Order: sequence, then C-alpha cells, then structure tokens
Amino acid sequence: MREKIRAMVESNLNIFNSGVQFSDDDNIFRKGFVDSLFAVQLIAYLEAEFGIKVANKDLDINNFHSVNKMVSFVERKRQEGTGGASR
Amino acid sequence: MANAGVKCVVWDLDNTIWDGTLLENDSVSLKPRIQEVLGTLDRRGILHSIASRNDRDVAMAKLREFGIADYFLYPEIRWDAKSVSIRNIQKNLNIGYDTLLFLDDQPFDRDEVASVHGEVWCLDSSGYLELLGHPRLNPKYVTEDSALRRRMYLDDIARRKEEEAFVGPKESFLRELNMVFEISEAQETDLMRAEELTYRTNQLNATGEKYTVESLDAMRRDGRYKILVCELKDKYGSYGKIGLALVERMPGAWKLKLLLFSCRVLSAGVGGVLLTYLRNAARDQGVRLLADFRDTGHNRMMRVTYMVSGFAEQAQRDNGFIILENDLKDVPALPDFLDIRINVDWSAW
Repeated sequence: MREKIRAMVESNLNIFNSGVQFSDDDNIFRKGFVDSLFAVQLIAYLEAEFGIKVANKDLDINNFHSVNKMVSFVERKRQEGTGGASR
Repeated sequence: MANAGVKCVVWDLDNTIWDGTLLENDSVSLKPRIQEVLGTLDRRGILHSIASRNDRDVAMAKLREFGIADYFLYPEIRWDAKSVSIRNIQKNLNIGYDTLLFLDDQPFDRDEVASVHGEVWCLDSSGYLELLGHPRLNPKYVTEDSALRRRMYLDDIARRKEEEAFVGPKESFLRELNMVFEISEAQETDLMRAEELTYRTNQLNATGEKYTVESLDAMRRDGRYKILVCELKDKYGSYGKIGLALVERMPGAWKLKLLLFSCRVLSAGVGGVLLTYLRNAARDQGVRLLADFRDTGHNRMMRVTYMVSGFAEQAQRDNGFIILENDLKDVPALPDFLDIRINVDWSAW
C-alpha cells in the first residue's frame, strides 16, 4: 500500500517539478508540491484503490499530508469497515 | 437540477443542421434560419457542439464551406454511439449533464442518449426554430462574459494544445503563459456577473447559496461586507471574472460567507491563490479567518481546496453548514508564475 501511494504522489509531483525528493514523512502540502486539484485526485485514488469511503469529516489535512499519514488513514478506515472494503 | 439553464446545445448534422445525408448526397443544404439560431444562442453565451456519425474530414469541410464551423466546440464526428460523444463533450467542457441539450432527428439516437445520460435534455431537432423562445435557452443575464464565452473556450483549447506540445515541467509552461491574477473589490458593474457566477458554478462553490444583484448591492453598501472579484488573464486573452468571495466582518474575525470559482480555471491552480492572499491579509490585520461550507453534493472540490489551504472544521450547524477556521500558520508564498495585482483596501475596514 505504501509503495502504491508513494508512486501515485511521485508520478504527479514529477509532472510539476521533475526530480523532487521527499520522504514518507514529509508534508507534501506544506512543501507546496500539491494543489487542490491533485488533492482531489489523490482522495479519489485512495477510495478506488483501497475500497474506502472518505467522508466529509475525514477531510482533515492531517489524514493526507504525508505518505505515512495516508497509510495510517487507509488502515484505520479499513478497520472501521466502512464502505465495504473490496479485495 | 431539473430545468437548469442550457449551457451547450449538441447538434446532430444530417437532417438536423442541414437537409440531406452528407455521405450519400454531396449537395446537402442548410436548414432555413439555422445560422440565425446558432448566432443568437452564441451571443447569449450558450455553446454549441456536434454529435454526428459521419466522416469527420468531410463533415468539417462542409461546415467550413457553410461558414458555421467556428460555432462548434469539441465537435464529436465519429462512428460511435451518440452517448459516447455526449460524454466526451461533457468532459471537455466540464459542465453538468443537466445543462446539455441534444438535438437529433432520429428517435433511436435520442433514446440511446437518454438511456445513458438521464439528465441530458433530448429534443426532436425538427423543432429547432422554437429554441430561441424557450426559457431554458434564455439566460436571465447576458453579460460581457457570456457573450465572450465561446472565445474563452477557444483560447482554452489553444492553451491545452500548447501545453500538450510543451516539453518540460508544468511550472515552466505556466510561467510562459504570462498569467495575471487580479483581485479587486466589486464595482457596481461587476454585480451582474457576480450574480451569474453564484447561479452557474457548482463544483467550485463553497455553499451553493444564490445571491441576486440587489442583495449583492446591499452587501456592497453595507460596511460589514467586502465583495471581491477575481479576473485571470494570460497571453491568449482573459478568462473573464472567474472568482468571487464574500467576506463578512465579525468581531475579531473575517468570515468567508461564499467562495466560488468558475470551472474554466480549474487547471490553472488559482483557487488557492485567493485563499493565500486572504490568509496573509487576515494575519496582517490581526483577525481570525473563518469560512462557511455546505455540502451540496457537487462541491467536494471546494471542501478539499479549503483543506489544502489550511482550513479545518470548527463547528457544525443544524442547517447543514460547517464553519471552518484557518490556522493562519505556514501560509505558502504566492506562486511566482503569476503576476498578482491587488485592488483591495482593508485599512478603512
């Protein structure tokens, strides 16, 4: 899961700014790499790829601002069992 | 939304725009007064496109010969089902299916489109002369922006073509566009366009609240509000007035009662620019920055824009409104590919 999320972020960042380096803990929003259009695509990707449903109350930057935060968020949503995780 | 104003009319060609079948008989002739219908709708800010099963090159040559080719944006002339063409047009224009009108002489094609896209309004094209009088094709306001709408989409197509051909990072491309983003306090002459924006925008609209010229004018005169309008220009031309913010002054805080952007600027990434500007302004004035948001079912993009700009949920109201608050921390620098011009005076507010 981590690799997939990282690849998704990486492929988009490279369109904007080639050769960007970031760690799994880096805040990709604060670094200014990410605009809202990409954030929407990122959330749609997490929903489709990992079978979760991102509710309005989940729209908190702390759930998405780094690769590691996204991994924990997806794991937590899967445990909650909302949205019927697909396998 | 039933009976939404039509933003684009999608025309069939054979026996709709012209009499006859192009590939069977080269001597087709335009339907009577079709140019008048196309031209009048165009001036009202309603776009035109095409969904036709035909040979693309032959059909485009014929449209040019008739002198009407330039009216049509993203013409879909191909051998697929018309529902596919409608989907492509909807995607390219980025407008709602409920704002499309599809005209075809063939009941089969109308039914096929209706079965796939239930929100598209499908009509028998033989009634085309009655279109001009229909309420859904008579927008309440025809503003400077509506009359230029097709021009703006054509500029956008030119931009996209150049962007596709451009080799290198996107930021370098944006820099080459010489974009100017202007934030101004609304003048009386802006109010009609401001009202139009509150009625036309869905995806990038924080509350979905509609405001009339009268209510906006009352707010403009009332010292508690500031109405900001944004205009975006680049080397291809102006996108027009594409953003609107209503700011309410409260004790120790500013509240964004409404924030919206036209979907035309989605890819230009300017949504965050106005918020960055407002965050800096609020911090400079020593006030908190709040914002209203209401989930309309279409506007998640705006909720995410707020999130990315450092707004977090602070309270929920019974009426479906959420109050967001900005931490005013880590405000990013304004992007250097934009020339940002500000005509707003906060000092006397």
